[in-house]
Amino acid sequence: MAIPKTLGIETEYGIAHRGADEPNPIAASSLLINAYLARCNHVADSGSGPVGWDFIDESPGNDARGFTPAGAMAPEVETHLVNAVLTNGARYYVDHAHPELSGPECADARTAVVYDRAAELIAQASMNAARALLPDGEDIVLYKNNSDGKGNSYGCHENYLVDRSTPFSRIATWATAHFVTRQIYTGAGKVGSEAPGVRLDDVAYQLTQRADFFEEEIGLETTLKRPIVNTRDEPHADAAKYRRLHVIVGDANMSQTATFLKVGTTAIVLALVEDDALPRELRFAAPVAALRQVSRDLTLSEPLRLDDGRTITALEVQWELLGCCRKYVEANGAANTGGDAAYEVLDRWEAVLAGLEDDPMELAHQLDWVAKYRLLNAYRGRHGLEWASDRLRAMAIQYHDLRPERSLAGRVGLERIVDDAEAARAVSDPPPDTRAFFRGRCLQSFASDVVAANWDSIVFDAGADTLRRVPMMEPMRGTRDHVGTLFDDCTSVAELLRRLGA
Amino acid sequence: MAERSQIRKPAPEKQAPRTEEATAPGQGGEIKAELDDLLDEIDEVLEANAEDFVKSYIQKGGE
Repeated sequence: MAIPKTLGIETEYGIAHRGADEPNPIAASSLLINAYLARCNHVADSGSGPVGWDFIDESPGNDARGFTPAGAMAPEVETHLVNAVLTNGARYYVDHAHPELSGPECADARTAVVYDRAAELIAQASMNAARALLPDGEDIVLYKNNSDGKGNSYGCHENYLVDRSTPFSRIATWATAHFVTRQIYTGAGKVGSEAPGVRLDDVAYQLTQRADFFEEEIGLETTLKRPIVNTRDEPHADAAKYRRLHVIVGDANMSQTATFLKVGTTAIVLALVEDDALPRELRFAAPVAALRQVSRDLTLSEPLRLDDGRTITALEVQWELLGCCRKYVEANGAANTGGDAAYEVLDRWEAVLAGLEDDPMELAHQLDWVAKYRLLNAYRGRHGLEWASDRLRAMAIQYHDLRPERSLAGRVGLERIVDDAEAARAVSDPPPDTRAFFRGRCLQSFASDVVAANWDSIVFDAGADTLRRVPMMEPMRGTRDHVGTLFDDCTSVAELLRRLGA
Repeated sequence: MAERSQIRKPAPEKQAPRTEEATAPGQGGEIKAELDDLLDEIDEVLEANAEDFVKSYIQKGGE
């Protein structure tokens, strides 16, 4: 039986330092995060500073295929920039030239949406905190998108826990089939093209932000020659038992429905891959070309060539995957695919595919690419504009503006899956049902005794001569059920460690 | 519902997404009215100088 699909979302935000003479995105990102940490530290002992990230287990250069191709560039771990652990179990840091928030490990897609929305609230609080520090006339603004419209892209990555014993080639085959075709509901929409050799206005509008930037079928890199399936083998857990599938091909979504389906469908598909429950192999003749073809086909009806010579549409692939996933959940239950949330994923998945088939415009309150298309197309019609006009390109960026008073996504009536009161609690509190609970609660109660933390361990200074590292190699342990009462009972880190037997 | 999802859907001939003008009355009419209201008020929040804004929105590659 497939292992539970623990999952998480990491988002790099676009950043603009407005009103600055010589804006520097790295300095602006640092200022923004430090401003947030200084103002919004949700720890019990307010005297302690933010807890830093521990890099001891970072190895992003390991390749899931067991080798590293000659000439491949392994990502560097940057250790000198601001890098903090939050009380909700997330990591908030400067990555390259962007603020990035890596959400805590979640047990299901709905919880992932709660923490994705919490990340937006943290971004908003960060902008407000920065504004209070900046001179009049300056502002730092964040955008939850994936490109600047000029060929520069930044990511929104997903992570899924997978059984180590599953052959990676089988994961890669089905992940590719799903990633190429799920774009029809995960796309955040884009004006124009940024693909090499294609003029901006050769494409009026396409489904996704990211398809233009992918050049390989499979590989280790994330910043150039981006692959549809990323082979980074860095499980942040017991490597003998687990893989972490690191997915870099998706868009950052403003729509909660899109985020919910993006991670929810992928988690279930991966469970089927683990249990070898997919009845046939489905391989595209040219996956990279198919990725772009799907992104540019607003009719959702273009045939994609399979390697056996037949063709299939993206919608047909998605109907087939949905059928297999529903059958699997009906036969096996949903204990390993997110419980109740898995049933909601299946129902929303079906409703969205039916809507896309009937008329995508019906989904203007559910999907980003439809909502953005409908708004921009109507504005275009009213004012007689070209798609590549500055006004429509500006609106396409402003759709992703995270300031509530400026966000266009906030005005198009997108349906919400979680309410903001729940997301507001998730700004400070960790999810209850993964090891993120232990990480977050340690920070809430004992921040001044936590020297550093990362995904799979916490280092404490309990007053003895040596520091104590508590490993957390099991992502589903350290939950509220496991350790909740410890935090109610213990008044010191020394007592906590003693009770843990550490 | 399970039955339905297991049936391979035929791929009907499709045009590009219909524009609002082609949307039927009923729910579509409500959506169109809501969209008209949005367009009426949206200029107040749009970036004042679209050309400068687009030109200055430059990001470094990430990940």
